[in-house]
Amino acid sequence: MRDQKHSYLSRSVDQLKPSGIRRFFDLASQMENVISLGVGEPDFVTPWNVIEASFHSLEQGYTAYTANAGLFELREEISKYLNKSYEVAYNPENQVIVTVGASQAIDIALRAIINPGEEVIVVEPGFVSYAPAVALAGGTPVTIQATAENAFNIQPYQIEAAITPNTKAIILCSPNNPTGAVLSKDELSGIASVIEKHDLLVISDEIYAELTYDEVFTSFASIKGMIDRTILISGFSKAFAMTGWRLGYAAGPKDIIAAMTKIHQYTIMCAPTMAQHGALEALRHGNDSVIQMKTSYRQRRNFVVKALNEMGLSCHSPGGAFYVFPSVENTGLSSEEFAEQLLHEERVAVVPGNVFGKSGEGHIRCSYATSLKQLDEAMKRMARFVERRL
Amino acid sequence: MELLQLIEKNGRLEVEDLAKMLDLSVDATKQMIVKLETEGAILGYATVINWSKVLKYEGVTAMIDVKVTPTRGVGFDKVAERIYRFPEVKAVYLMSGAYDLSVSVEGKTMMEISRFVSEKLSALDTVISTTTHFVLKKYKHDGVIFDDQDDDDKRIMVSP
Repeated sequence: MRDQKHSYLSRSVDQLKPSGIRRFFDLASQMENVISLGVGEPDFVTPWNVIEASFHSLEQGYTAYTANAGLFELREEISKYLNKSYEVAYNPENQVIVTVGASQAIDIALRAIINPGEEVIVVEPGFVSYAPAVALAGGTPVTIQATAENAFNIQPYQIEAAITPNTKAIILCSPNNPTGAVLSKDELSGIASVIEKHDLLVISDEIYAELTYDEVFTSFASIKGMIDRTILISGFSKAFAMTGWRLGYAAGPKDIIAAMTKIHQYTIMCAPTMAQHGALEALRHGNDSVIQMKTSYRQRRNFVVKALNEMGLSCHSPGGAFYVFPSVENTGLSSEEFAEQLLHEERVAVVPGNVFGKSGEGHIRCSYATSLKQLDEAMKRMARFVERRL
Repeated sequence: MELLQLIEKNGRLEVEDLAKMLDLSVDATKQMIVKLETEGAILGYATVINWSKVLKYEGVTAMIDVKVTPTRGVGFDKVAERIYRFPEVKAVYLMSGAYDLSVSVEGKTMMEISRFVSEKLSALDTVISTTTHFVLKKYKHDGVIFDDQDDDDKRIMVSP
């Protein structure tokens, strides 16, 4: 082995901080009888018709590569779906690419647009991968903070204040992980005028778009003038409970999708074929399952928001995703202290808000994608814990 | 509607929990349940039992296809009533297709069911013919899968 000075590691990787989520995963995994509200994925198994369609494709011998950008039929369905649900028009020939999860779509989108030293604005609290993905693509992440006072919706002036001559793009995520916040059409329009004025691109992570409970979801790409400035990222993981299938997609301007396809072609070839066949069935006949799951998430959101407020943790009712982000400030504990002590004393795993960025401090993320029985028990345990602190 | 769907799946949900999920007050939820009970939308609260798991229990279920002559004026309703009044009859449906009534019967033994078919069902004037199918194994009943399912959470404990 070489010593530290002569590490074999790439400096950009070496400088990345490991995610704070990892530590909690290790802690929680060593304990017994833990109820986890720390899981960032649906508790449902993939709808049976999707599983069955994937079986069938394997039986039929569809085990080879597909086109780099994905099965044409699937791109067609994605384009139809985006058009029908969000009123955005993309040509399946050259404006849609099927990827290995939405995560890969974000990665190749960033690599397709960033020159060394260019800045990408990342909103916190936000998904833990954005800033590292920007850094790995050779860019500089610039974080800005959405705050509890604004129900964790970023304000246009905050974006404007972070813009420099080097700014290339901003990553938006609505409905948001970890806060569940949903940007309304008006709020998106406000952001759009800043984007227009400063000639920026938007990477719009809309992976939770199907999971909105109070208002109709608006895609950033559907805002006037924004379709040419938006790389729309989505996928099958959250809406169709298909996280392990690793299937996502991006839709955007022709030249950007072509550049992303170039990276994809050299590094991945194509997304898994059997997963693409499953996804095809999900888009064609999966809507009923989505509606059922969505109803169940909404009921559980209502349940958890009520229970948290009753125990004395202030929690607004988020419009989407399957997370709530209550404040734990009145317990006098930091988010990490709260999460760690709760895990040790009551065996409930939550994720401390600070792992999602500075402004997440003082909050915890609880996922309600867990059976009602488990949620009920978890709320009872948390109430006991909070009572001892208040 | 949503309330009914929830308690159809789990009749033992607490009113307090139902209220939280539906974003209603406890009183409003209680009132709604009473109203649905009075109107006859909610007829009862049953338990789904996998009897094959119960030691010493022996029972047989049969599905019987019945062809009947409808009666002038009342159609199939009268003969259906003659059949569903028997306590061993668990379900009766009027069917489209090759036969008229589908009758589900439960008994302790095959003998008991064959006696019901020959002595009671076939003996009805309006019954033209019967075809009896015995159930060998229940896989799913009323939306509940009877197999020993492994419902362990297969997700990792904490993820982004």
